[in-house]
Amino acid sequence: MSESLLEAWNRPPTIEVDGEGELLEVAMGPHHPSTHGVFRMDVVLDGERVIKLKPVFGYLHRNHEQIGQTVGYLQMMPYTDRLDYFCSLTNNWAYALAVEKLVGQAVPERAEYIRVILAELTRIQNHASTIGFLTQEMGASGTPLMYAFREREKILDLFESLTGSRMMCNYMRFGGCRVDMTEAHLNAARKIVTGLPRFIDEFENLLTSNEILMARSQGMGVLKPDLAVNAGITGPMLRASGVNYDIRKVDHYGIYDRFSFRVPLGEHGDIYDRYMVRVLEMRESLKILEQALKDIPAGPFIDPKAKIRGFKPKPGEAYGRIEAPKGELGFYLISDGGTSPYRFRIRPPSFINLTVLEDMCIGQNVADVVVVFGSVDIVLGEVDR
Amino acid sequence: MLGEGLLKGLGETARNFAGSFVSKERLTTVQYPEEREPLPEASRAFPFLVYDGADWEAGLRCVACQICEKECPPKCIYIEKSKDKKPDYVGKPQIYPAKFDIDISVCMSCQICVEVCPFEAIKMDNQFELATDDRFGGLLYDRKELARSNEYYHKIHPTEAAEVDARLAEEKAKAEEKAKAVAAAAAAKAAPAMAAKPAEGAQPQ
Ligand code: SF4
Ligand code: SF4
Repeated sequence: MSESLLEAWNRPPTIEVDGEGELLEVAMGPHHPSTHGVFRMDVVLDGERVIKLKPVFGYLHRNHEQIGQTVGYLQMMPYTDRLDYFCSLTNNWAYALAVEKLVGQAVPERAEYIRVILAELTRIQNHASTIGFLTQEMGASGTPLMYAFREREKILDLFESLTGSRMMCNYMRFGGCRVDMTEAHLNAARKIVTGLPRFIDEFENLLTSNEILMARSQGMGVLKPDLAVNAGITGPMLRASGVNYDIRKVDHYGIYDRFSFRVPLGEHGDIYDRYMVRVLEMRESLKILEQALKDIPAGPFIDPKAKIRGFKPKPGEAYGRIEAPKGELGFYLISDGGTSPYRFRIRPPSFINLTVLEDMCIGQNVADVVVVFGSVDIVLGEVDR
Repeated sequence: MLGEGLLKGLGETARNFAGSFVSKERLTTVQYPEEREPLPEASRAFPFLVYDGADWEAGLRCVACQICEKECPPKCIYIEKSKDKKPDYVGKPQIYPAKFDIDISVCMSCQICVEVCPFEAIKMDNQFELATDDRFGGLLYDRKELARSNEYYHKIHPTEAAEVDARLAEEKAKAEEKAKAVAAAAAAKAAPAMAAKPAEGAQPQ
């Protein structure tokens, strides 16, 4: 008789131990400072060496998909902020994109530019703080993290003055954005963009050739490109493994085909490459920002005919996906003609990127598990939804 | 050379440390709560109900249409309509909320109630220090606790409030004009009737 999935999951590891001694099973988390929230890794150790790792999800499960099927289309927008709470604006965009596809709603030119500007700023602040957290996990007690947060603060100040909230922006609407980005906001964004290259240089001086970072990250947590592709990994993780796949280039959603930028790729797929890809992506984002801030046209920021209340799409289905800072973020909607979707599905990049954690950790020391985990770049709000 | 990268990094921290004494750009922290950064105008925390004039109860703009109650994503608004009516800002008799509760512990500051309200009656406050040790009653605000004057609204969101006032004044002017037009039409209707009457009275003669 074949065992059920649950039994297979709970089956104790049958691993031959070489030499003497016993295996030790350690529950790392859910309340562990390195787990970015509430996440548990059941690690089976042979001495210091990791033999098996079982991720345990669900401590932050908040029923987002069911909520999406219960509340209306507009009402779901603020909930998407709470998925990956570091990047609420890209979440908004992905959801707006899915609904716009569903109803065939066009987006005015200016709104597209505003979306690109905000999404790239989000990407920069996400990558900066991810690197900050990663170094924190290697034992750098806060310096890179605080430098990253100092820059993130400037970006969040802009978000607050534009959208009203620092993290829970709830800014995009179907067919545009909620309020216009005034000249003052654009100038603030320009100021941030001119200041950022110096910060990235400083950040790189601090870290890129740092021996401790290199010792702890080079050759660690290697993810092979074929495994990455087969497991559906996306985002900087995939590109660090050398696979050239960026949805901004592949899908040309929004207006990304108008900007010239490159997709940085790694070679080894180790933690150091993931770090480097993120740094280079910040620089590429700056290039996009410069172009977008130069070209942004005047015009309406939302389609004046777009409906806000009483939104009832025709029966049909749509999948909207974007290159969120963490990978491919997709929203899949099936409408049955009612006020709320019949099926609402989120494809979270963090969750899917986390599924290869065991493959990256086996054979490493237990202290490196924390670093490998940090290099995946997850937010538990999105993993557990 | 081993350690070169470390020294380079330490140089960077030293630069930041020394810089924090001279440049505001490198020393970005403030000593909250003694020191505070001014909030941007758009910043939002929780909703409040706007009233005009001095009496909060008479001046509430809300007409208990219950749109916000229906549109609020986590359904944290509870409204009971009144049985009687009171005049609103254009003088039209309207029902008012006999009960208007918002559970602040459930509210997620999304601003959707503000967006959907057709009467400019509910707006976002920027008061965020609302911690209390009473997790039930203390976080359930009734309409008295939610009421804030229009002056307060002007203080926290000056640009937006000015726009709203202009819009309301325009509406009021339109309503008055319409009322005048209706009155004039009624008068005009009454006048030929009046004129016709004597004629009617005259016919039998
Ligand atoms: S606040 Fe506005 S939307 Fe809500 S019941 Fe009152 S008038 Fe209607
Ligand atoms: S801000 Fe959002 S959650 Fe709060 S009362 Fe208004 S609609 Fe409801």
